[in-house]
Amino acid sequence: MAEKKIKIIVAKPGLDGHDRGAKLLSRIFAESGMEVIYTGLRQTPEMIVEAALQEDADVVGLSSLSGVHNYFFPRVVELLRKKHMDDVLVVGGGIIPKEDIPSLKEAGIAAIFGPGTNTDDIVDFIKDAVRNK
Amino acid sequence: MFNKNDLEKIKQDKQKWEDGTLKKVLDKRGEQKKVFTSISGIPTERLYSPPDISDLDYGRDLGFPGDYPYTRGVQPTMYRGRYWTMRQYAGFGSAKETNERYRYLLDQGQTGLSVAFHLPTQAGYDSDHPLAMGEVGKVGVAIDSIDDMRVLFDQIPLDKVTTSMTINAPAPVLLAMYLSLAEEQGVSMDKVGGTIQNDVLKEIICRGQYIYPPKPTMRLTVDLIEYCQKQVPRWNSISVSGYHIRESGSTAAQEMAFTIANGIAYTQACIDRGMDVDSFAPRLSFFFNCFTNVVEEVAKFRAARRYWAKVMKERFGAKNPSSMMLRYHVQTGGVTLTAQQPLNNIVRVALQTYAAALGGCQSLHTNSYDEALCLPTQEAVTVALRTQQIVAEESGSTLTIDPLAGSYFVEKMTDQIEDEIDQYIKKIDAMGGTLTAIEHGYIQKEIQNSSYRFQKDIESGERVYVGINKYTMEEPPLTNLLKVDMKQGDIETDKLKKLRAKRDTGKWEKALNHLQEVSGTNENVVPAVIQAVKARATVGEICDVWRNVFGEYRPKEFI
Repeated sequence: MAEKKIKIIVAKPGLDGHDRGAKLLSRIFAESGMEVIYTGLRQTPEMIVEAALQEDADVVGLSSLSGVHNYFFPRVVELLRKKHMDDVLVVGGGIIPKEDIPSLKEAGIAAIFGPGTNTDDIVDFIKDAVRNK
Repeated sequence: MFNKNDLEKIKQDKQKWEDGTLKKVLDKRGEQKKVFTSISGIPTERLYSPPDISDLDYGRDLGFPGDYPYTRGVQPTMYRGRYWTMRQYAGFGSAKETNERYRYLLDQGQTGLSVAFHLPTQAGYDSDHPLAMGEVGKVGVAIDSIDDMRVLFDQIPLDKVTTSMTINAPAPVLLAMYLSLAEEQGVSMDKVGGTIQNDVLKEIICRGQYIYPPKPTMRLTVDLIEYCQKQVPRWNSISVSGYHIRESGSTAAQEMAFTIANGIAYTQACIDRGMDVDSFAPRLSFFFNCFTNVVEEVAKFRAARRYWAKVMKERFGAKNPSSMMLRYHVQTGGVTLTAQQPLNNIVRVALQTYAAALGGCQSLHTNSYDEALCLPTQEAVTVALRTQQIVAEESGSTLTIDPLAGSYFVEKMTDQIEDEIDQYIKKIDAMGGTLTAIEHGYIQKEIQNSSYRFQKDIESGERVYVGINKYTMEEPPLTNLLKVDMKQGDIETDKLKKLRAKRDTGKWEKALNHLQEVSGTNENVVPAVIQAVKARATVGEICDVWRNVFGEYRPKEFI
C-alpha cells in the first residue's frame, strides 16, 4: 500500500526576505513526494498555525535568516499546542548560531538545519520523524 | 587585432600541439573532469589563444578608460587617481550604538558610510508595530523618526562623508530625513553626497522588502530621482541592484542581465515622466555582487560596462558621456560564506575583493568572516576592512588600469557574458518589458532554476565547496558572536511614545494630510515628505499614508 503523502507547510516568519532556502527546499520536498504549501513572506506565528490547521499539515518548516528565530520558532510551537496540534512536527533552518539550538529544541523544535546542510538529510529526517510519530 | 596569416599559423600550431605534446600527456593520464565550468556554469576550454578572440576590435570593444564603451573603466586614471570608496554596510541595535560603529570605522580609515536599517524600517513599519515584534535592531539600525536619524549621524559632518542608504519602498522618507538633517547642520544641498538604493523592482523579484504594487512604487522611485536631479545634484538617486539577484541564486550573467533590464525600466519610466535622459542618467548607479571565481567576475563587470554604455547611447539616445557610464558599488558574496570553518571566509573575501578591484568598482563593502552565523563583531569587521586596504595597498591590483585586459580568456569570457546579457534583454523586451517578465514570474523562475542547479551540483560533489562537501571537519562553534538585546523593542517603543506625546500634533496632522493629498495627484511627493519628517512624522505613519492611497502588494509565489 502506498504511504500517505506527507504534507508540509514551508513558512517565512517575520519580515525577513531571504527566501532562497525556503523556495529551494519547497521544490526539493515536492520532488521527494511530499505535498508542499509555501506561505510566502511576512507570516505571523498565528498565520502559520492557521495554515497548518487548514491544511491538516504533518510538518511545519520555518526559515529565518534575520535573527528572530528565538522569538518566532517557539511561538509557533506554543500556538500549535494551544490548538491541540501537538503531533505536528516543527523543524527550522537559516542563520542560527549553534548556541541557540539547545533552547530551541527544548521549546519543541525537532531539528535545526543550518547553512551547508545536505538537503537529502533534511528530507530523510522529516520522513523518519513523521513515520515514527 | 590579429592579421589573418598570423591567426592561421596559430591555429595550425595549436593543432600540432594538441596532436603532439598534449596528446602524449592525455593518453597517459586524463584530466580531472570531462567538462570544466565556471561557478556560474560557463564551460571553460583547456586553453585560450588568439583565434578565440579573432573578432575583437580594440577600438570598438575595449577603447580607453573614461571613453566609450567604458569596458576598461569609467575613469581615465582609476585607482591611480584614488582608490575605490571603502564603505562597510553597518547598522544594528539603536542609532547610538550604530553611530559608535560608524565613528570607529571612519577612525580606521573607512571613507564612506553605508546604513543598514532594521527590517521594520525597510518594510515601512515603526518599531512598535505588531509585525516588528522580535525584529527591532536585529539586522540593522532602528530608525523611526528624524530624532533617531540625528543620533545616527551625531558628530559626523554630512558635507565631509558620503552616505549610502539601503532603503527601497520607503526611500523618500529616509532621504527626506537625511536632507533635513543636513539642513540642520547647515550643509547646503549641493554639498550633500551619497546614494539611496531606491530599487523596488528587485525587492519584488528577490529581496522581499516591497510595500506597494509595482506601478505606484515605481512612481515614488521616479519622484525621488526627479527631486534629486533638481535639488541634490551630487546624490545618486538609485542604485540598481544585482547583488540580491545573485544572492538568491542567479548566475553572474543573469545578475547583470536582470539588473540591466531593471535599469532599462527605470530609465524608461523617467523618460515617460518627461525627463531628458541626460538630465538624470549620470546619477543612476548600480550595485553588484562578487564571488570567488575571479576571472568570471572581472569579465562580468567589463561586459556590463560595455553593454550599459550601448543601451544608453543606442536605445535611449544619451549624448552626455556620464549617462553611459556604469558606475557601481560591490559587496562580496554573502552567500559564498560558510558557517563551517568560518575563518576560511577571510580567504574567500580576499579573492572577491581582488576580483572587485581588478574589475574596476567605484566602492566596495567586504563581508566579515562570521556573517554566516550572525551580524559581524567589531573584530570581524576590522579584518574585512583591512582586507580592502591590503588589496588596495599591497596586491598591485591598483597599479595599472584594467590589468586583465587582453587576456585571451578574459576577453573571451567578457564576450560570452555580454552575449548572454543581450539574449536575456531581447527575450524580456519580446515579453513586453521587465514588469511583465516579473509579473509572469519569468525572472524569478530563471533565478530559482540556477539556485536549484547549484545546490544539486554541490550535493552530487560535482562542485566542491571547502568545508561543506570536501575537507570537512568537526569543530567547536565560533564563540563571541554579536548579540542584539531583545529589549531593544521596548526601548524603541518607549521612545516612540515620548515622541508622539511631545510633538506638535497640529503641525504633524497638517503635514500628513498634505502628503495624502499630494500622493493622490501627479505632483512630486518629496517636498511633502520633507515637511512631514520635519513635523516628526514617523516612517510607519508616512508609509501608512501611502498604504491608504496605493494599497499593498501581495506577490504571487513561483516555486
